[in-house]
Amino acid sequence: MQDAMAYARAEFLTPGGLNQSALDKVFTELISTDTTIADLYFQAARYESWGLEEGIVKSGSYSIERGVGVRSVCGEQTGFAYSDEISLQALLESARAARAISRAGQTGKIQAWKAQIPARHLYGLSDPLASLSESDKIDLLQRMDTKARAVSPYVKQVMASLVAVHEIILVVDEQGRMTADVRPLVRTNVSVIVERNGQTESASSGGGGRFDLDYFMNNNRADEFAEEAVRQALVNLDAQAAPAGTMTVVLGSGWPGVLLHEAIGHGLEGDFNRKGTSAFSGRIGEQVASKGITVVDDGTLEQRRGSLTVDDEGTETQCTTLIEDGILKGYMMDRQNAALMGTHSTGNGRRQSYAHLTMPRMTNTYMQAGEYDPEEIIASVDRGVYAVNFSGGQVDITSGKFVFSASEAYLIENGKATRPLKNATLIGNGPDVLTRVSMVGNDLALDTGIGVCGKDGQSVPVGVGQPTLRVDGLTVGGTAA
Amino acid sequence: MIELENRQALGCEFQELAEFVLKAAKERGASAAEVGIDKGTGLSVEVRMGKVDKLQYHRDQGASLTVYFGHKKGFASSGDFSRKALEDTLDAACRIARYTAEDEFNGLADPELMAKDPMDLDLYHPWDIDADRAIELALQAEGAARAYDARISNSDGASVDSYAGLGVYANSNGFNGLNSSTRHSLSCSVVAQENEAMQRDYWYTTSCVAEALDSAESVGKEAALRTVRRLGGKSIPTCEVPVLYAPELARGLIGHLVSALSGASQYRKASFLLDSVGKQIFPEFLQLRESPHIPRAPGSRAWDAEGVATYERDIILNGQVQGYFLGSYSARKLGLRTTGSAGGSSNLLLSHTEASFQDLLKQMGRGLLVTELIGSGINMITGDYSRGAAGFWVENGELQYPVEEITIASNLKDMYLGIQGVGTDIDQRGSIQTGSILVDRMTIAGQ
Repeated sequence: MQDAMAYARAEFLTPGGLNQSALDKVFTELISTDTTIADLYFQAARYESWGLEEGIVKSGSYSIERGVGVRSVCGEQTGFAYSDEISLQALLESARAARAISRAGQTGKIQAWKAQIPARHLYGLSDPLASLSESDKIDLLQRMDTKARAVSPYVKQVMASLVAVHEIILVVDEQGRMTADVRPLVRTNVSVIVERNGQTESASSGGGGRFDLDYFMNNNRADEFAEEAVRQALVNLDAQAAPAGTMTVVLGSGWPGVLLHEAIGHGLEGDFNRKGTSAFSGRIGEQVASKGITVVDDGTLEQRRGSLTVDDEGTETQCTTLIEDGILKGYMMDRQNAALMGTHSTGNGRRQSYAHLTMPRMTNTYMQAGEYDPEEIIASVDRGVYAVNFSGGQVDITSGKFVFSASEAYLIENGKATRPLKNATLIGNGPDVLTRVSMVGNDLALDTGIGVCGKDGQSVPVGVGQPTLRVDGLTVGGTAA
Repeated sequence: MIELENRQALGCEFQELAEFVLKAAKERGASAAEVGIDKGTGLSVEVRMGKVDKLQYHRDQGASLTVYFGHKKGFASSGDFSRKALEDTLDAACRIARYTAEDEFNGLADPELMAKDPMDLDLYHPWDIDADRAIELALQAEGAARAYDARISNSDGASVDSYAGLGVYANSNGFNGLNSSTRHSLSCSVVAQENEAMQRDYWYTTSCVAEALDSAESVGKEAALRTVRRLGGKSIPTCEVPVLYAPELARGLIGHLVSALSGASQYRKASFLLDSVGKQIFPEFLQLRESPHIPRAPGSRAWDAEGVATYERDIILNGQVQGYFLGSYSARKLGLRTTGSAGGSSNLLLSHTEASFQDLLKQMGRGLLVTELIGSGINMITGDYSRGAAGFWVENGELQYPVEEITIASNLKDMYLGIQGVGTDIDQRGSIQTGSILVDRMTIAGQ
């Protein structure tokens, strides 16, 4: 069996005639006496997507993205250029442009090239685009359509999509390290619109990860996504105005972990903390969560959407403890920010593509399980909101204020989840929201593989998770008294 | 200078490449085809705390191909413009089309609707700037911001961007159009601190003409002013009050209208403004005009993403909906004619009520001025609206203190009908141009 490095060589180095002496030439151009990090990031990605609407697969697309990003870092300063042509000439031009960040002379230092083989691989090398025949892909989408319509006569529209990505990357850095990764990623989504007595609502469901498309064919997963979308949409048909004000909120397990991503995750990314612009800056060792709460960012979970064998700087991913027993333990780092803060990369250096610069980014961020039964948690609340699904969130990392928008929520009255509530945004303060967590469930779950994180205009796939939580005091943005 | 070298020749080359693709599609049996070819180049510098932080050179290109076999359609794209790569991409599009279903509404826009004698919208003005000069400007902006107030304690940086791009769109109905445009911007973001609490805000200027940009000093000062005034922000008790949207956020309210009136939302019945042509959805005093041919404006275009000629029209007249935003597909689905809106709306100009920003504050009396919104809690099917916000509490038409950690909620249908005034303080930085908007009543959730 070929390894990732063999794929990368065949994709980038052999066709471009990029042998060791060619790479020597590029790095001679790229590195100055004051260069701290320099790297080439080769990427070739193939995307295929199919879209169903009104019972038929109306659209399909295929695209290829291929190029190389060239970076030169001198301390805090970064020079960057890229090219969609992979040749020595294009690399030399990009290297000259990127190196303009440095005012120092060239070193002419020649590297000894060494291929790095990661200790463990989190996903297979096979091409997910080829993992199902075209007609099976179409059938899969049609199956979700049929299932959704069979669940309820109120279903008026079904939109389903199937996306597969196969990506090969190669990182070559100033230490002579060459690291390759082959990354599969698949995703399906089903959105439904339901109408009853002239009233309309919608909902969606889906999942994915770093595996083949047949994942969706197994264990009726596609059917489950369709059923789940219809269930949520029907619940929302009965929804009444959510209350407005600060109250006790119980968050469901799994995808509501978007709370952690927004409230603390972004604020613990190394770049903001190196610059001192995060509400968490300089707070390592302080209590930022209730005792017993542990939150990690774990890039090492097999086949998860947010996982990576190596990050986009060639560093092996790890499970980084962010909060341990309520105490802030650490930040998520890429190479540049780690070097500037005198620590090591935590394997969180990620980028959207070769045309974007690396930044510290999350992988799979989740809270460890506690001891309470989820029912026990709901039963403990006299009046509050039980939010089980969310449509996304955002944070202002400097003030620490974060929001996340509930797409399925219920009122809690006298310890019971009762009537469903309309969509409402929840707002809180990152550095203290976890100190208001009074109960942690024993039902840790990760999301189904749907997360996309945006930062500085760059999107990367991520995962989140948590057990059921009771938060004493979150502001709920409804309209009812 | 950030510009495309040999732009004229490059344009001709791309138009020829487009013809090559259309011919190759026909040879493969496609009954119709369309192709977009784009290339851009740019410089981006960022400074932080008085030093260069990032220097980036951009160079992007892409070709996107759509083929039709009768009513079946396939799409593929690639960044490689070699004829071999374009033929491979075409083969990929044809392969996709073999598996998609017949959809009678698929196809190119009608040939007679294509832009015939497109005017020059004066959108290409390369900036004679190099990295050193860009760094200098960014440093000036950040310097002005940091010198503005002793409470400015940190910086998220200042940046200068310049981009020049060229694009060709051609289809087998005989349309082959060439566009070029530039985009320049200068932005600054700083952090202020007081009693342990930090706040961050930003400001920017953008235009296709460098001379039209605001000065670096004014951008820096505005960023600093906006940041410092947020210090000491607090939540407020839950209440129902009028809300004044600052112009840069008021734009979003019109953006939601565009989504709700888009052809796709209409034919999918996924809009809170379903079948709304002729209906009163705003107060009578409100007009919204689509104006695609304003020279140098950010949303100007002579043709849409299908080559259809764009034209001036009313979207809202005396508060009533006049039309949707349709491309040829959604138009056919709805039995209407395309409005030249494939790829989105062009410039949208909202009328004002001859009120300055101060007048609107006075008109509001007691309520909330919103200067930041976070999150995306909008249900486009029901119009339910709930978003995180920050801004200022207003009493007697005067700002009292900064407010944060609150949400504002209502329903967009009620908000539109409840608009009481639109300011003359028009933000011209985006394709949607509006002044501040005063909404009569929303629920503020706080303490």
